[in-house]
Amino acid sequence: MTSVRGTRARRHGPALLALVLGMAACAPDDGIPRTPSGRPDLNGIWAALGNAYWDVEPHTARPALAMREGPVVPVPANEVVALGAVGSVPSGQGIVVGGRIPYLPEALARRDENRERWLERDPEIRCFLPGVPRANYMHLPFQIFQSESKFFIAYEYAGAVRDIYLEDPGPPQVDSWMGQSVGRWEDDTFVVTVNGFNGRTWFDRAGNHHGYQLVVTERWTMLGPDHLMYEATMEDPQTFSEPWTIRLPLYRNVDPDARLGQFKCVPFVEELMYGHLRKEPIR
Amino acid sequence: MGVSAASAVRARRRCAAVVLVAGGLATSLGMAGCAGAGGGEAAGAGEGWVLPRTPDGRPDLQGEWTNGTMTPLQRPEGQPLVLTPEQVAEREGARQSFIDERNAPSDPDREAPPVGGDGSTGAAGGVGGYNYFWIDAGDRVAVFNGEPRNSLLTRPEDGRLPGLTPEGQRRRMRAFARLAGEFDNPENRPIGERCILSFGSNAGPPMLPNYFYNNNYTIVQTPDHVMILTEMVHDARIIPVGAAPGDSDGPGLAESIRPWFGDSRGWWAGDTLVVRTTNVNPDQLAAYAYLFAPGSENMTVTERFTRADEHTINYEFTVEDPDTFVDVWGGEVPFTRLDGQVYEYACHEGNYALSNVLSGARAQERAAAAAAGGDGSP
Repeated sequence: MTSVRGTRARRHGPALLALVLGMAACAPDDGIPRTPSGRPDLNGIWAALGNAYWDVEPHTARPALAMREGPVVPVPANEVVALGAVGSVPSGQGIVVGGRIPYLPEALARRDENRERWLERDPEIRCFLPGVPRANYMHLPFQIFQSESKFFIAYEYAGAVRDIYLEDPGPPQVDSWMGQSVGRWEDDTFVVTVNGFNGRTWFDRAGNHHGYQLVVTERWTMLGPDHLMYEATMEDPQTFSEPWTIRLPLYRNVDPDARLGQFKCVPFVEELMYGHLRKEPIR
Repeated sequence: MGVSAASAVRARRRCAAVVLVAGGLATSLGMAGCAGAGGGEAAGAGEGWVLPRTPDGRPDLQGEWTNGTMTPLQRPEGQPLVLTPEQVAEREGARQSFIDERNAPSDPDREAPPVGGDGSTGAAGGVGGYNYFWIDAGDRVAVFNGEPRNSLLTRPEDGRLPGLTPEGQRRRMRAFARLAGEFDNPENRPIGERCILSFGSNAGPPMLPNYFYNNNYTIVQTPDHVMILTEMVHDARIIPVGAAPGDSDGPGLAESIRPWFGDSRGWWAGDTLVVRTTNVNPDQLAAYAYLFAPGSENMTVTERFTRADEHTINYEFTVEDPDTFVDVWGGEVPFTRLDGQVYEYACHEGNYALSNVLSGARAQERAAAAAAGGDGSP
């Protein structure tokens, strides 16, 4: 691909140069907003539609994430029964290209166990940082801040953040929940390599998981002024038999007065996590 | 902030360790003036320096910054704002000696700390805590417009927080009362220990140094927003920015929405970014009562960011709240260039201290009950 492009560039250098300059000076008719240097301008508040955050794989609607045996069929577990339909899982076609995550056998068993013990294990329940790519298709939006020298994402959920380095600082110095992100432009697609994970984040509320060796390659491509196509390829030889990819559109909040909300949920889970340690536990 | 393996390990261990000390420490260290690097090089504007600008012509504030300094918030009574060169040398020298002493290798044959602790409080008290390896409080006097400063507060002129209205006094007493029974409930613990916000009003407003560590910020600037990330606790202040007051106002947040670090709006006054903040979360204000009395729901903070030189942003702030303070108060803080990355400050995820603090208190209560003749059950 590179050599083809190189040949073309030599042959049609002046024409290409004019095209590039034109792009920088005035936006082409694709309606995609552009930065002063001609890159797609992703600034704004974005969110996913659909139900991938419940389960990235295809799934049918079910009464609750946590279930117990019932006299006839399984019923919602004690801990969630009070939520009624609010706690029910809507169906989703999934965002995994090809439908299923290619787990290694042990990892698949662990996924099933995670699903069984969701209330104890899902890091979202305890307001832990969501990791990547999970942060990008949760039920809450995020805001991109893009300048010539910076690319930063602030997520509403848990106040998670990512500073996507435009210059590679080298291998991550510490493992982290959100990983280390390094971005570069491939034509009009912003490609981000994310690694340095601590292996404690999940992909969804259905127990889908990975290890600390996970490397995510994200591809952010604007389809128009208000739509992005988001792709992420996961590689983790300890968990998956081969790389796999998710793909979903992201939508701009077009309300001119839209503001990113604040969902710092740490105090919201104190009763869950520490309530039993009160001097007088609430009965 | 370096990228060596040692500092990487330090950064990681800090995340788990911070909550051990966040509570008592901010009071003890902060008030003791134990703190950090203001901007020894700030005066070196450099003749060749040209104010960097974004493509839309605004001063470029972006990058990594720190407001760590050893200059305290308030000035000792009766002292002038500006220090003499001799005073600066004396204070910074004493600070460096303290750091060197704390960095000295520990005696490998030393005795274990006494049961129940050594009676001291704070970072290295009790049964031992951080040595200085873990701490980055700053070791320089704050230099603002070339002046080495004796306090961050510049208004009122004496560098002291103004007196309180009767209502302000009552609100402060309520905030302190909440910390009574301090081991009874998670909500009684300091806000930093609960991993909700930094201790020391890092995110603000006003954005103040915490006199301990991680006084680090990342600024990202777009034509209509300025985002200020405060390292503790990965807090992004999102500030819509217009060309003039009102341009970015929109409908504003409803009075009932009171986010952490409030609702901020910005505009440009020449080459200065002005940010006005209202709607600050009352729990945040109450939590910082040990720094300054909690403001009312009408508190307004105005901040001004001006690039002073290659290494420095001049940060000025004013707090207006006549319901609480008998006078307007404010200050000047240099934000100096940070050479390094801002790491993820994941706090809540590894907050073993909060559960250990509470369960330790429960264990002591059981022991006391057993000693009093009971069986220890509640």
